[in-house]
Amino acid sequence: MNAVAETRPISTGSRVEGARTLRKIGYVALNTYRETVRDKVLYNLVLFALLMIGSSYVLGAISVYQEIKVIKDLGLAAISVFGMVIAIFIGIGLVSKEMEKRTLYSVLPKPISRSQFLLGKYFGLCLTLLVNVAVMTVGLYVLLFLMKHPFDPALLKAIFLIYLKLTLLVAVAILFSTFTSSTLAGLFAGFVYVAGYFSSDLKNLESVVASAFLPQLTRVLYYVLPNFKNFDVKAAVVAGDRVPWSQLSWATAYAAIYIALLLVASCWIFRKRNLK
Amino acid sequence: MRAVETQGLTKDYAVGSLLPKTKRVLHPLDLEVEEGETFGLIGPNGAGKTTTLKLLMGLVFPTEGEARILGRPLGDPEVKQQIGYLPEQPYFYDYLTGRELLNYFGQLFGLSREERNQRSRELLEKVGISDAADVPLRKYSKGMTQRLGIAQALVNRPRLVFLDEPMSGLDPLGRREMSHLIRELRDSGVTVFFCSHILSDVEQLCDRVAILNRGKLVEAGRLSEIIDVSLRSVEVVVESLSPELESRIAGSYRDLRRHGPRSHISFPDNPSFEKALPVLLGGGARLVSVNPVKETLEDHFFREVNAGARE
Repeated sequence: MNAVAETRPISTGSRVEGARTLRKIGYVALNTYRETVRDKVLYNLVLFALLMIGSSYVLGAISVYQEIKVIKDLGLAAISVFGMVIAIFIGIGLVSKEMEKRTLYSVLPKPISRSQFLLGKYFGLCLTLLVNVAVMTVGLYVLLFLMKHPFDPALLKAIFLIYLKLTLLVAVAILFSTFTSSTLAGLFAGFVYVAGYFSSDLKNLESVVASAFLPQLTRVLYYVLPNFKNFDVKAAVVAGDRVPWSQLSWATAYAAIYIALLLVASCWIFRKRNLK
Repeated sequence: MRAVETQGLTKDYAVGSLLPKTKRVLHPLDLEVEEGETFGLIGPNGAGKTTTLKLLMGLVFPTEGEARILGRPLGDPEVKQQIGYLPEQPYFYDYLTGRELLNYFGQLFGLSREERNQRSRELLEKVGISDAADVPLRKYSKGMTQRLGIAQALVNRPRLVFLDEPMSGLDPLGRREMSHLIRELRDSGVTVFFCSHILSDVEQLCDRVAILNRGKLVEAGRLSEIIDVSLRSVEVVVESLSPELESRIAGSYRDLRRHGPRSHISFPDNPSFEKALPVLLGGGARLVSVNPVKETLEDHFFREVNAGARE
C-alpha cells in the first residue's frame, strides 16, 4: 500500500512535468509559426508557387492529350521546390538569426530549456510548411477540378512524401543553424539536399572511379546523408502507377528516425553553445 | 539565503579564428548578494559586467568556478521561474506587438490567460507604453524597447531581477521613472542586481556595489565602506571680496579664484572655513553659497580604474 502511495505522486509529477514541457514546446512552435506567417517573403513564395501551378494549365493546353499529366507533374514539382526553398531559407535562420539578433538573450533565461526551445522552433516551421503545402495542394486540386479531372487521391500520397522530405530538410537546416551563421547553414543545407538527392548515385560511384579514396568518401556520404529520393514518387503518381502503402510506411519510419537523430544532435550542440 | 553567490567564477574566450588564443574576460570572481538588497555592478566597457550577467543567466558557461542563485545552481528551472532579466540593449521579436511579447513570455512562465492579460496591462501601464501596446515592435523607438525590456523582466513578479544597463536609451524623464521603479522593487522586497555606467544612479539606488575592471573585481562592499565619507573640502562662493579681506584670510584656504564679482574659495576642512567665515562677513563680503564636498562614487571609481590602468 505504502509503496503504491509513494510511487503515485512521482508518476503524477512526471506526467505533469511532461505536459508542461509539451506546452512550452507548443508555445515556441506557435510563436515560430506566427513569425513565419507574418513574413512577407513567405506570401511571395506561396503566391509564386500558386502562379506556377496555374501556369501549368497553359503548358498543359499545348501538350495535346497530356495536359493533366503536365499539370500534375508541374504542380507537384512546384510544391516540392517552393517547400524546399521555404524549409531551407527559414530553417537556417531559426536559431542562428535568434543568436545574431540576440532575441535569445531574453528568452533563454525564462523557464524553458534550450532543447525545448529548439524543438519548438522545429515544430513551428513544420506547422508553417504544413499550412503552405496544404494551400498549394488545394491550388493544384482546384486547377484539376477546373480541367474536369476526377479527384485523384494518389496525388496526396506524393504530397505526403514531399511534406516528409521537407520536415527532414528542416531538421538538416536546423542542425547547421545551431553552430554556424545563416549563410553557411544555407550553403550546407543546400549541399546536403543536392547530395542526398543523388545519394544512390554516390554509392554507384565506386564502380566507375579508379581512385581508392573517393569511393570510401562517397560510401561514407551515402550512409550519412539522408536519401531524399526515398520520398520521390512523383513520376509514378503522374504516370498512374500504384504507390504501395508499405512504401509510405517505410519512408515515414525512415524520416522519423533521421529527424530524431538530427534533432538530438542539434539539441546536444545547442545545449553546449556559448551565446557570446 | 543569499540571492546570488559566485565562487571563483571565471570565463575565457577563444579569440581569433585561425590560431585562436585564450583570453580571460572574467578572472575568478567571488560575489555575494543578499536577498532584498539592491546591488550595483560597475566598471568601464569591457570590464566583464555583461559577461558576469550572461554567466548567471546561463547564456554562456563558466570556464571555472560556480555560482548559485537563490541557493540553487545556475540553470535550475525553479530559479528561472523566480528571476527576471533585462539584457543590455535588448532586442525582441519585431513581428510581435508589446502585448503579444508579454503574453508569450507569460506563457513560458506558466501564467494563466487571465494572469497574462492582467499582468501585460499592468506592466505596459507601469513602464509608460500602454498606448503602444498593440504596435509591432519594429516601430518601437530605442527608449520604448528599453521600457518593454523592463516590463518583460517583471512579467513573472520575480524575487530577483538582473538589469543590464537599465537606463540605457532612456531620456531624463525615463531615467527618473526607471529609478523610481527600481526603488519600488526594492521596497517590495525584490532583490535588484544591476550593471550601469551611470554612477550617480548607482550611488542613489544601491545598498552595495562592486567595481570590476579588466575582468577583475577591484572592490565590493557597502557604499559607506568603499567611499571615503569624510569631508574633502568646503567650497564657498562670496561676493564683494576686497584684496585686503583676501589677504586677511590667506593661509586658511586652499584655492581662490575670481569670476567677475564672485570669488570661489576652497577650504581644506571645516575648522578652516569656520575660522575664516566671521572675518569674511565682518569685512563686508556677502556669502552666496557653501558646499561641503565629499567623495562621490564617481571620484572613487575613476581613482580605482586609473590605478588599475597604471598597474
